[in-house]
Amino acid sequence: MTLDAFLFQVLNGLSSASGLFLIAAGLSLIFGVTRIVNLAHGSLYMLGTYIAYTFATKIGGVTGFWGGIVATALIVGALGAAIEFVLLRRIYRAPELFQLLATFALVLVINDFALWLWGPADLLGPRAPGFRGAVEILGRRLPSYDLFLIVIGPLVLLALHLTLTRTRFGRLIRAATQDREMVGALGVNQAVLFTSVFALGAALAGLGGALQIAREPANLATDLIALGDAFVVVVVGGMGSIPGAYLAAVIIAEVKALCIGIGTVDFGFVTINFSKFTLVAEFLVMAIVLIARPYGLLGKAQGAVRSIAEPEEPIRPATPLLKAFGVAVLAVLVCLPLLAQSSPYVLVLGIDVLIAVIFAASLHFIMGPGGMHSFGHAAYFGLGAYGAALLVKWLAWPMGAALIAAPLLALAGALLFGWFAVRLSGVYLAMLTLAFAQIVWAAVFQWEGFTGGSNGVIGVWPPPPFDKSWVYFLLTLVLAVAAVLLLRRFLFAPFGYAMRAGRDSPLRAEAIGIDVKRVHWLGFAMAGLVCGVAGGLFAFAKGSISPETIHINRSIDGLVMVLLGGVQTLTGPIAGASMFALLQDTVMRQTEYWRALMGAIILLLVLTFPQGIVGAFASLWRKVGGRT
Amino acid sequence: MSNAMLSVESLSAWYGAARILYDLSFEVGRGEVVALMGRNGAGKSTTMKAIMGLIAQRQGRVVFNDADISKLEPYQIARRGLGFTPEDRRIFSDLTVMENLDIGRQPPRQFPDGAPAPLWTPERLFALFPNLAEMPDRLGARMSGGEQQMLTVARTLMGNPLLVLLDEPSEGVAPLIVEQMANTIVELKKEGLSILLSEQNIHFAQLVSDRVYVLEKGQIQWQGTMAQLSGSPDIQRAYLTV
Repeated sequence: MTLDAFLFQVLNGLSSASGLFLIAAGLSLIFGVTRIVNLAHGSLYMLGTYIAYTFATKIGGVTGFWGGIVATALIVGALGAAIEFVLLRRIYRAPELFQLLATFALVLVINDFALWLWGPADLLGPRAPGFRGAVEILGRRLPSYDLFLIVIGPLVLLALHLTLTRTRFGRLIRAATQDREMVGALGVNQAVLFTSVFALGAALAGLGGALQIAREPANLATDLIALGDAFVVVVVGGMGSIPGAYLAAVIIAEVKALCIGIGTVDFGFVTINFSKFTLVAEFLVMAIVLIARPYGLLGKAQGAVRSIAEPEEPIRPATPLLKAFGVAVLAVLVCLPLLAQSSPYVLVLGIDVLIAVIFAASLHFIMGPGGMHSFGHAAYFGLGAYGAALLVKWLAWPMGAALIAAPLLALAGALLFGWFAVRLSGVYLAMLTLAFAQIVWAAVFQWEGFTGGSNGVIGVWPPPPFDKSWVYFLLTLVLAVAAVLLLRRFLFAPFGYAMRAGRDSPLRAEAIGIDVKRVHWLGFAMAGLVCGVAGGLFAFAKGSISPETIHINRSIDGLVMVLLGGVQTLTGPIAGASMFALLQDTVMRQTEYWRALMGAIILLLVLTFPQGIVGAFASLWRKVGGRT
Repeated sequence: MSNAMLSVESLSAWYGAARILYDLSFEVGRGEVVALMGRNGAGKSTTMKAIMGLIAQRQGRVVFNDADISKLEPYQIARRGLGFTPEDRRIFSDLTVMENLDIGRQPPRQFPDGAPAPLWTPERLFALFPNLAEMPDRLGARMSGGEQQMLTVARTLMGNPLLVLLDEPSEGVAPLIVEQMANTIVELKKEGLSILLSEQNIHFAQLVSDRVYVLEKGQIQWQGTMAQLSGSPDIQRAYLTV
């Protein structure tokens, strides 16, 4: 690559950086003040693209385009305020993860809303009036709109910086980012502050989206892509740091632009197509930054975040009643093949539910008792599933051996990733696990020769007698019961106590001789191992595996399952996974807008049962006098 | 109308399943400095947080300035003129001294009888705490413990309170600063403010307090005037000395 070409790619990168910065800045502000990780932030960005498209095409001209961009930012900002006012305000006191669940439900609802209103096709906006041409720079033609974008990023950075340092609103934001309870005790109405910060963050996301319509079409998939990008930028830059967000946006956009610019390089012994690395690049950058600087480039160690949620209750051993109930459920499940002779579909569904139970129970193991909120549990599911499928495909291993190898591969991955992950905590840990999962996914997706790329691996069918669904169902049942009991056993062993002690007070746990990182690392590995079982079973149950099945959606599904059931109980993930798998199956068949319906159901549950389903039953039980 | 500025009736509080306070009842009169004394863990700070609405699980009535504030949010309580300086200071360390003061700013206020409450400006506070006057642009993170303690008090005064909950102002600061704190409290009392002070150190409390409530295990074990406590070594031995 010549120097000119290199510099040209740098300019390209800078124009993308502005868009990244706008969305990341909003996310960072919202997180800083409200401590809510707004998963719907990408959706607000996506709405920005659609609304601005509508203005630009329906009204048209200069007013439609430029006026539309301003109007879009205001509309999305108002929507953000409404979301905060109607929904989030009710759940500030709920556990942090519950807030995630609520905002994820919004992702589903908003996506289907956009599908309903604007349809499934990509919508490309008009070119920007006044910036239709191109400028010749370094012998290449750069669209003048890109130059405009290059300028916009630093301008917004400056405006935000002035707002934060020169106005009382900005000072309140900075103070509340540090200690919002104290800000309240000094007479500041946090509710108003939170709503306005949410509106500001949403408006920035809407603006970011609106500015993109002259470059990229409005598309229903942009919500999760934008969310992922924004997270990476915020985490790399340091949570709450606006200059950090711009710096990180520039670095990531440049790395991506350079990957494309370098293209295919022949090193003689091996040819590498760097443009294929764009998917992995940002997550690699994030992983490297988090390992070297755990709080991001310009971030500070988060002070002890003063949690306003109630302290977690200790987990309790199963009561005789619960044990009896468990045995009864198990008995029904064992008899299910007999009961379901007339409708074989029930067994297929049963297998799905049981796999979901293993997946969710393993995630809960590190999330609840371990306090490690993994956003990338799909990685271990994927390692198990792909491990088993590839062993069958390339080495023709029998199913038994492949099912044993699957968890071991997942274990290896969890040992490697977990070693880095347990060095972090909170949101940073969540993001690093997400980064690892995305790397696994991207490797699978782009290593076509080995993994089949987007086509996946097919023909992974179980041999007789397991080809009969009732036999495979019983196999899954045996493994699911074993997995759940094993995890439970661990929790009530000294190892489990040590893990919880490390979660509740790392310092005190260290002081009584617990090697907290080691215990959490082993816990992480254990969860990966069990999750690998679910992956292996999944591959044989479906007969195929594709990158789709191990994408970020699966990680989020896992979170939803655990939260739906309740993080603080051991039966929670089982109930949550069953409920989720059944809901997904039944709801999906009812309507084209299954995401919205699913989102609505999740929202309803979140607002009615802020402790999860099982948690709600448990406290109801205690209230009516049944002491557990 | 009683003369009480703050009156607490059967206040109880819990952290999770652990009960910390047991039916506390006490009063602070207008212009009075009342000390809440007791050893570490007796419940002094919890009492203040519960009054301020910072503990979710609480019961009992808190009447401030003739209005029931027990169901209000912390910011509403602060806006009625109840100031709070926490024991751990909770300075905004990313903000400068001036910015910290600005966060605490509230409009001028009046006592119920129409008399104006003392009105504080940064200039007046800098006169009260000359150390702060030398560092208006210093970040909270770069201040010494004593300077932070002064800033906490000054930040609360920016809200022009009628009564201040002062949680262990003498804790962990240099003897010179302790003395300065005592003088400050006397000054504030002269201005007509009421103060509820939490304190372990009897020498400090003796310098400033009119009356005392002694706490142990979340219950009031003794109450009386400061002079009475000074004259009762056995009470001091039972509840205060380590």
